[in-house]
Amino acid sequence: MLNYIIRRLFYAIPILIGVNLITFTLFFVVNTPDDMARMQLGIKRVTPEAIGRWKQERGYDKPLMFNNAEQGWAKLTRTVFFEKSIAMFAFRFGRADDGRDIAHEIKKRMMPSLSIALPVFVLGLGVYIVFALTMVFFRATYVDFWGVVLCVALMSISSLFYIIGGQFLISKLWHLVPISGYGYGVDATKFLILPVIIGVVSGAGGNTRWYRTIFLEEMSKDYVRTARAKGLSENVVLFGHVLRNALIPILTGTVVVIPLLFLGSLIAESFFGIPGLGSYTIDAINSQDFAVVRAMVFLGSLLYIVGLILTDISYTLVDPRIRLE
Amino acid sequence: MKAVLTERLNKSPAGPAAGAAAMWGSGMSQSREKRWCGRSVLCNLILKLSTWKAGARKPGGVPNGGSGTIRAGWRSVRRQRGRSGKLFSISPFNFKHLAAPRGISRRAVQGRVGPVFLKYLPALMVMLVSACGGNPWNSPYPAADAEKNILYSAFAERPKHLDPVQSYSSNEILFTAQIYEPPLQYHYLKRPYELIPSAAAKMPVVQYFDQNGEQLKDDVDPAQIAYTVYEISIKPGIRYQPHPAFARNEGGEFFYHALEAKDLAGVHKLSDFPHSGSRELTAQDYVFQVKRLAHPKLHSPIFSLMSDYIVGLKEYSATLQAAAGQSGLSDKDAYLDLNSFPLEGAQVVDTHTYRIKIKGKYPQFMYWLAMPFFAPIPWEAERFYTQPGLAEKNITLDWYPVGTGPYMLTENDPNRVMILERNPNFHGETYPTEGMPDDEEAGLLKDAGKPLPFVEKVVFSRDKESIPRWNKFLQGYYDASGIGSDSFDQAVQLTGQGEATVTEAMKQQGIRLETAVAASTNYMGFNMLDPVVGGVGKQGRVAARKLRQAISIAVDYEEYVSIFANGRGIPAQGPIPPGIAGHREGKEGINPVVYDWVNGRARRKPIEAAKTLMAEAGYPNGMDARTGAPLVLYFDVTARGAEDKSSLDWMRKQFQKLNIQLVVRSTDYNRFQDKIRKGNAQIFEWGWNADYPDAENFLFLLHGPQQKTGSEGENAANYSNSEYDRLFEQMKNMENGPERQHIIDRMVNILRRDAPWLWGYHPKDYGLYHAWYSNVEPNRLSHNNMKYYRIDGSLRAQKRREWNEPVLGPITLVVVVLLASLIPAVVVYRRRERSAGISNSGIQPLLPSPAHRE
Repeated sequence: MLNYIIRRLFYAIPILIGVNLITFTLFFVVNTPDDMARMQLGIKRVTPEAIGRWKQERGYDKPLMFNNAEQGWAKLTRTVFFEKSIAMFAFRFGRADDGRDIAHEIKKRMMPSLSIALPVFVLGLGVYIVFALTMVFFRATYVDFWGVVLCVALMSISSLFYIIGGQFLISKLWHLVPISGYGYGVDATKFLILPVIIGVVSGAGGNTRWYRTIFLEEMSKDYVRTARAKGLSENVVLFGHVLRNALIPILTGTVVVIPLLFLGSLIAESFFGIPGLGSYTIDAINSQDFAVVRAMVFLGSLLYIVGLILTDISYTLVDPRIRLE
Repeated sequence: MKAVLTERLNKSPAGPAAGAAAMWGSGMSQSREKRWCGRSVLCNLILKLSTWKAGARKPGGVPNGGSGTIRAGWRSVRRQRGRSGKLFSISPFNFKHLAAPRGISRRAVQGRVGPVFLKYLPALMVMLVSACGGNPWNSPYPAADAEKNILYSAFAERPKHLDPVQSYSSNEILFTAQIYEPPLQYHYLKRPYELIPSAAAKMPVVQYFDQNGEQLKDDVDPAQIAYTVYEISIKPGIRYQPHPAFARNEGGEFFYHALEAKDLAGVHKLSDFPHSGSRELTAQDYVFQVKRLAHPKLHSPIFSLMSDYIVGLKEYSATLQAAAGQSGLSDKDAYLDLNSFPLEGAQVVDTHTYRIKIKGKYPQFMYWLAMPFFAPIPWEAERFYTQPGLAEKNITLDWYPVGTGPYMLTENDPNRVMILERNPNFHGETYPTEGMPDDEEAGLLKDAGKPLPFVEKVVFSRDKESIPRWNKFLQGYYDASGIGSDSFDQAVQLTGQGEATVTEAMKQQGIRLETAVAASTNYMGFNMLDPVVGGVGKQGRVAARKLRQAISIAVDYEEYVSIFANGRGIPAQGPIPPGIAGHREGKEGINPVVYDWVNGRARRKPIEAAKTLMAEAGYPNGMDARTGAPLVLYFDVTARGAEDKSSLDWMRKQFQKLNIQLVVRSTDYNRFQDKIRKGNAQIFEWGWNADYPDAENFLFLLHGPQQKTGSEGENAANYSNSEYDRLFEQMKNMENGPERQHIIDRMVNILRRDAPWLWGYHPKDYGLYHAWYSNVEPNRLSHNNMKYYRIDGSLRAQKRREWNEPVLGPITLVVVVLLASLIPAVVVYRRRERSAGISNSGIQPLLPSPAHRE
């Protein structure tokens, strides 16, 4: 298994280079280093000299991908792309365009993101599986029918509506929790209740239907018929056999997102005033801060790759037939 | 052990929970209060849970409390089943299995877990969402702060720079203006805006000199003036806020000026340095800041402008650049000792006096002295912050300001909250004793002569989205709010006289509206380099001018303001907004190209007048007279969302009045700026916020040498008129007075005739304030206003409680409906369970139990 993991980690390197290249290209198609300098230096009274100095100081004065003025390898290495990318593979994210240390910001913002994403993930998983199993248990009854109707209804509503509607009902009309904000430690609890509820509810429709489909497929397998023939009660069949055998598709969808929980949610964090990494990314995009955007995309891809490896490992844990070689 | 703990908890007084009880109303009975008391509820619950757990673990034992934790139940059950070889699966519906350990009947657990849990569910909710102490559940602030003298505000965008040499945005100056004290400030109440001393002891003494250094009289011809010297005396005894940069040990050495990596091990923010100190403000600190304008690593936005005026500043920048290069200061934060490099244009006279020497005459320089760019920076701060290792922890001068102003930044978490607290060393400034005639009646002089500031602490919370911000304002959690177009109708109504006032609902909440015309202008510019709208050749320019005039008449800004700005704006008659010296009101102030003066008010000329001008311009009925082709013009805008589609459609219709086809060219902001810079745009929208209240700050936007294309100036229309440029040079050096006004009038008339802009409108700012918020006089130019504001904390706490009583009915109903809907399902489940032949035998569990793995 160790060999497998090492091999997978090596595969990650070209993927990360590719992601970095695409991010770089896309970003600089839209923004030139001059645009970035203007954005940072302000709208009023920006002189070409100030722009030149800003670019020089931050290393954006070199050619983007290919430096004709240099010789040999330096044609490739003395470029914005190479110099900015190589540091990232050493996890040196550098400074944001406003001069702040990106690694420091990421560390600081990780916990707020996680404090929403983790409860939503754990609670959500529990609720969706229970809900799905309930529908399967009561399949072809009114519970199943109305459950599916409810799921379809929940799926049809935009996540933004859940946020605004939730804030309106629970915070504005019923005055139960704060509309937005964040605190550290125990103080965070009252701010997290609403986003977590909304996070779980907004994902309920799609996920529950997905799990229900998986369970129903399992239900048609022979071993289920055998179990029933033995006279087992329905809940034993469901929770003892079906759930366990349905774990592979469930893990495929869930384990991969676990590392990404650190990155937070773009919309929810903005609406709830959560100072997490999601809102950091949005701010960086709005202020054309390439250093931050690049760092966050890099981190996202890296965590995704880690998630995929974890998924593979998790298969071996739940299914003894699978071996990683 | 657990039992002892629970017992202790159970005996502890229920004090802190009293607040939660108080929320249920004063008429509540003692017993009910007790029942709702958070701590006793918690204690009972813990007792019951732990006793059940203990019982469940003891084979054969009967639990005393009767209820139990599901986890504990599972664990013990699995262990027992594992031993006996009888295993069961985990199921949320499987409570009978959970309750299967010997000695505990299923009915006993079902009968106890459920009711106990339900009974205490609301109490648990209370505990979770409410910090005891009478604070509303939805309050985002700590209960202890409920009645305190704190001002609550919001900010949407995090500030990029808090170093006064760099900061130039309104969202940054909101903070820096409260912390730093430039020598001058604007009078809070008087209009037109008047400069008064801030840290300065008196207004600067201005002296003029000729090329030979001879002093000239004040009324001398500006052309003779080679240099102007501003001598500024500051008040003695002003002290800096407490800061670690000033901290010294007993031997007088600085504590933190030679930090090493090990000293920074436990330091994450500025307050982690245990020692702090202060010292008196000196003239040297102001000179130090003037030098910082030229610092090669700081990129001051006004360096370019100031280097044209302050003697030697440009050369000083080169000197510093060379010094930084020589000493190998590649690191952005390396320390460059500016005190060892003298600057001719800024010199210390004595401890409390300094001089700034500028080239020629530039009366507007006085206004710059009221901006944070000219606030003092102590060299100790620069020395402290440039030590290695601090920047990696984001401890920089750009992040943690050091000032002498009424407030100091005590918490800087711009992702969440920024807190200003009263500077304990603030010198004794008092509330103004005079203002405008109606200020007395408006209650703005009630605090006359009282020491500032009134508010102890200002909490700025970050709320990026307008909906949460608005709702929190309505709930009383923000003390003031702007008005978004979504909430405009909810907040504001127009009286019969067309005056804006708050709606009935707002009035009932005690909310009041304050309006002020902003010192800014939103205009639509023509690119004068464009052959169609700018013209080529003498005749072509005349024709293009008539075309622009015709469009000026056709685009009805009265309608625009009414539809798209909810009436929050004044159609402009020229570039200078009201309240700025040089602006004219009434008949004298109208733009005769676009308006007629009828019955005491300006009336837009009829569209026929525009059509006539179009014909004269060579476009009768919107057709090019030479080619017969319809006239097509291009409107360059930054990428707009769906919400702006209507305003663009409206704009097309305005041009359609003259049969002109308007094509909207939408692009992102970068490309838009690029087009403007290269002169590729034809018609565009832009705006300008005043730096200072002088006509020069608006008229320079159309000064020929300031053209955007070619000169990278601020004249985006690339307008050039030699007569105008000559008058501008003459006007800019004059003191305000009738003669200057006469020149300004001439310049504005040239502009009106040439119509390089559609003058657009001057936006009006609307602000809503709660009843507990007083001393508010909108002041669009000065930003150091926090010190004047007053908050009635107890009224606010009372109103917040009134407005935010928790409503439990609907949520209870939802829970009841959900539970009720489950009943038939439970019935079906039981029926099926009963119909199943066998259960719980020979089945593998979901996860192997420890026993099974063995």
